[in-house]
Amino acid sequence: MNIAVVVRQVPDLIESLDIDSTASALDWESISFIVNECDDHALEQALLLKEANGGTVSVVAFDFGDVENTLYTAAAKGAERLVKIPCETHRHPSPWTAASWYAQVIRDLAADLVLVGVQAHDEFDGVLAPALATALSMPYLGVIRGVQAGSRPTTVAACKEFPRAVRARMEIELPAVLGILGADRPPRYVPVSRIRNAMNTVHFEEPGLNVPLGESPVSVCRLYPPVSGTHAEMIAGSEAEAADRIADILVEKGLLS
Amino acid sequence: MSSRDVLVVADVQRDVLDDTTLELLSVGRGLAAAAEGQLMCVVLSADGQPFAESLSAADRLLLVNDVQLTVYSPGPYVTALQEVIAAEQPGVILVGGTSIGWDIAPLLACRLQAPLLTGCLAVQRQGDGLSASVSFCAGKMMADVHIAKLPAFLMVMPGSSRATDEVGRARVEIRVPSAPLAAEQIRFQEWVLPEPGDVDITQQSILVAVGRGIQQEDNVELAEELARVLHGAVCASRPVVDQGWLPATRQVGKSGMTVKPKLYLALGISGAPEHVEGMKGAGLIIAVNTDPNAPIFDVAHYGAEIDALDLLPALVEAVSAKKV
Ligand SMILES: Cc1cc2nc3c(=O)[nH]c(=O)nc-3n(C[C@H](O)[C@H](O)[C@H](O)COP(=O)(O)OP(=O)(O)OC[C@H]3O[C@@H](n4cnc5c(N)ncnc54)[C@H](O)[C@@H]3O)c2cc1C
Ligand SMILES: Nc1ncnc2c1ncn2[C@@H]1O[C@H](COP(=O)(O)O)[C@@H](O)[C@H]1O
Repeated sequence: MNIAVVVRQVPDLIESLDIDSTASALDWESISFIVNECDDHALEQALLLKEANGGTVSVVAFDFGDVENTLYTAAAKGAERLVKIPCETHRHPSPWTAASWYAQVIRDLAADLVLVGVQAHDEFDGVLAPALATALSMPYLGVIRGVQAGSRPTTVAACKEFPRAVRARMEIELPAVLGILGADRPPRYVPVSRIRNAMNTVHFEEPGLNVPLGESPVSVCRLYPPVSGTHAEMIAGSEAEAADRIADILVEKGLLS
Repeated sequence: MSSRDVLVVADVQRDVLDDTTLELLSVGRGLAAAAEGQLMCVVLSADGQPFAESLSAADRLLLVNDVQLTVYSPGPYVTALQEVIAAEQPGVILVGGTSIGWDIAPLLACRLQAPLLTGCLAVQRQGDGLSASVSFCAGKMMADVHIAKLPAFLMVMPGSSRATDEVGRARVEIRVPSAPLAAEQIRFQEWVLPEPGDVDITQQSILVAVGRGIQQEDNVELAEELARVLHGAVCASRPVVDQGWLPATRQVGKSGMTVKPKLYLALGISGAPEHVEGMKGAGLIIAVNTDPNAPIFDVAHYGAEIDALDLLPALVEAVSAKKV
């Protein structure tokens, strides 16, 4: 199986998110990036499938943020091909534009299975995974946790999540794009020494594209941190004091028995 | 048949109508009224008649009945819906942020080259288009956006509107797909139900919930100990279940359980919308998080900005002391 995985850089939400001087975009220069969590699961799922059934794993990413480290890490985990798409803007284009660029690269990789995170937390004017399926003229199924070999070599089996821990087992004819929420196993840990080794041995493929941002039919007027009508009453003090206060609240509410 | 009309896509799975559909009907009613258009609701299933009463708030209820729509597969769903949209030409199509919604709304938006918004909290007509407020970055950022040209697909955040309580008299129309539907490349095989035998967290009145902030598998035991002294149970956010530290039956949120305990103690949980969807109805919510800007503090009644791992032993002690 020839598997392509899209891995995106997204803002690290642990750090503060700043808005730029136009008030209508994030301040991308000041943002620290991490790998989109669902994409990391997509990579893990691809590696698990390859290990169980043979094949290759190619990772495709736009060139901004911490992408080199991300790609070296993917190589250290077992990905064979690493494709870095030049991107002047230091941010992800809108999902629809991004999809058409990823599609150009993935077509050349002749992938029969494309795994992408089902969402990225910085998207709001589109969803990459189904847009990529459309650009590649492949069928799409998303909200997937777990993919295994199918009953025939030209199929895979995937579980789509529904509420209340219910899953639908589906059989998918390849080629296809799947929107991954979680892998069969949590993303593997890889020692720093292996990543360093990858830095010395691995080379990136850099297709001669240069991606413009494209125009979205959605125009952003203003960004702002959420203003909530309600906020918790904050409990101050040390952990012993906070514990005491919480226990008192539980007594007041008749929740201790 | 006009762009003033609004189409709500009902979410039906395993013969159950998802609650979000009733919320979409109230959003849709506002949008339709503002443009003097009609509110339509479409049900894709083998037989939509049993849902007609719950969905009567619409002006027109379109039932696409077909055996190929008995269980979900994107091919038949998208084809059937595209046909309805082509016939009715609604200006706004409202879809829930559900497992099916996340497939079909973006797939159709791509096919029709129409804009799509996810995470919509509020939406109004503006000129020939609309303006909306959307939430992104896991609830940490908002955007006010404008769409100049309709139709547009909006995925509405669950819980952002009240469910409609309108009892209307929707005109029911049965629709037959013009060509046979077939699940060609993606076929449903079977439902995989959670293994019975675990604690049913939906029946507990006290829940101690752990998130990624719990950091290690061993620390789950600290939460178990607190749950024991409180006579409650431990539940979790998705990352904890992804790590395999607790079974899927303990997950709270969109793909997990919806719980309404008397007490929900959230430890190291950021409060992403997909999690909040499953616990916002709890009677008393107390959140413990080291990040003062964590969105969970906007839904909690009480909060403490401290390390959950330090608090846990202290809380076990404090609770045990108050019980005697
Ligand atoms: C389609 C879909 C369905 C989903 N379904 C679900 C679902 O059913 N349930 C669900 O939960 N999620 C679901 N998610 C995932 C959801 O978007 C979030 O990623 C998830 O809820 C985050 O979990 P978390 O709060 O534990 O982790 P994080 O967001 O990483 O938050 C961890 C928090 O812990 C705090 N922290 C760290 N260390 C400590 C400490 N020592 N003491 C106190 N606080 C600490 C941090 O400040 C942070 O706020 C779904 C996502 C998608 C796309
Ligand atoms: N569903 C959609 N939502 C938003 N934009 C879209 C959509 N479909 C197509 N587009 C347009 O397609 C452009 C990018 O596609 P492409 O021309 O393939 O690079 C965007 O700039 C949009 O104007």
